[in-house]
Amino acid sequence: MTVLDRFYKKDRSALSRIISFIENREDGYLELLSRIYNISSNSYKIGITGPPGSGKSTLVDKIAIRYLEKGFSVGIIAVDPTSPFTGGALLGDRIRMQDLASRGEVFIRSMATRGSGGGLSEATREVAIALESYGFDIILIETVGVGQVELDVAGLCDSTVVALVPESGDSVQTLKAGLMEIANIFVVNKADREGSGRLVSELRLMLESRGQKQKEGWILPVIKTEAINGVGIDTLTDKIIDHRKHVENLYTQSGYREKRVKSELITILDRKIRARVLKELLEDNSVDSYVKQIVNGESDPYSITEKLMRKITI
Amino acid sequence: MEQKFRILLAKPGLDGHDRGIKVIAAALRDAGFEVIYTGLRQTPEQIVEAAIQEDVDAVGMSILSGAHMTLFPAVMKLLKEKGAEDILLFGGGIISEQDAKKLQEAGCGRIFGPGAPTQTVIEYLKDTLPGRRKRESIL
Ligand SMILES: Nc1nc2c(ncn2[C@@H]2O[C@H](COP(=O)(O)OP(=O)(O)OP(=O)(O)O)[C@@H](O)[C@H]2O)c(=O)[nH]1
Ligand SMILES: [Mg+2]
Repeated sequence: MTVLDRFYKKDRSALSRIISFIENREDGYLELLSRIYNISSNSYKIGITGPPGSGKSTLVDKIAIRYLEKGFSVGIIAVDPTSPFTGGALLGDRIRMQDLASRGEVFIRSMATRGSGGGLSEATREVAIALESYGFDIILIETVGVGQVELDVAGLCDSTVVALVPESGDSVQTLKAGLMEIANIFVVNKADREGSGRLVSELRLMLESRGQKQKEGWILPVIKTEAINGVGIDTLTDKIIDHRKHVENLYTQSGYREKRVKSELITILDRKIRARVLKELLEDNSVDSYVKQIVNGESDPYSITEKLMRKITI
Repeated sequence: MEQKFRILLAKPGLDGHDRGIKVIAAALRDAGFEVIYTGLRQTPEQIVEAAIQEDVDAVGMSILSGAHMTLFPAVMKLLKEKGAEDILLFGGGIISEQDAKKLQEAGCGRIFGPGAPTQTVIEYLKDTLPGRRKRESIL
């Protein structure tokens, strides 16, 4: 019996091996994905992002509890950064999710971003596919919010929650970081701390004045939570349910599903092609010789790029 | 390090001293490992379940409470029951040489004393882990 056979029989350790197989990009992982892609698409994916320490894991824990209590199964992916210097990672999100197992069917997987340019782990999307085809009703994805990451997570998830704290700076910084564009729900966590009320009203004001309050007919809510004490979580999960209805409504509109699938296809192709073309263009340490030419003043990055680009034909 | 090794670090039992294990966690990260830290007061069941979900190569337990002669065998037994005996179990803490020897004879990996340099742990894992997990055909 192969691991995939055991996976079909809902063997958790097989799910776990399959995730590693995908994450390690082992030979055959694309075939594996193509086999499981269409099995199920009933999972609802919720992304939680925001600055370090804003309480994302604690929120994931509390949201998961609500869903487990309702009898849903929950798969969780928690992404933490890989150190660009050592390639190692300290994955600590599980600490905040210790008691979930006793409450229902839950599976938690920690992932390091691994050299994907500081972004969301490249494999996160595919690991979510594994959880989805395994059959989880709800998939929660936690990512540290820095730049590109949130864009990725927003493209992947049905609902994106952005968690901020009074300490994470004023709302202008939020705007700069591009968080406005990707949030479906804003959470101001650590409401027990000073300054949370101010952040809430600033955010609301800014959303109104920018006319961004409504996206595709959805009014962006700002919710105050005290995740650690479970305060505000009911309001938050109610909002997620509202947003889910909104999204499901969008799916019935013509073209919406196509739009999502198109962006999914392009994202996957983009990565594959980039990796492949780069590999071919820069085979055999040729990059070192280009570097030498540049360092010696014989060439420059732009001429080399132009020369290499001319080599690309399909 | 070409292959990424994943290590689960756990602190079972009731004592709340996690300084040592945090030092190891940071050292292993700096040596290129992916370290999953699960926090304090984990039961053997929780540890083994986490090890399976995370598909780790090794589980490291720090035990200062004196309960090592029950906790290590309990985790080993559960790993075996779940067909995950190829996950290395190693540990550290206040454990006599005699006890450490007994545990190792029973199939446990190395048990490090409280003063063991982190470099020793890193080298041990780098030597022991390659090729240890069983390979199964996926498709
Ligand atoms: N005062 C207060 N502390 C909180 C609250 N929610 C979470 N915390 C604490 O904030 C710290 C960080 O919480 P996490 O849930 O780990 O935050 P995170 O955003 O997942 O952190 P990273 O994954 O490291 O970015 C922990 O010590 C939590 O106990 C809250 O509502 N109020
Ligand atoms: Mg976290």
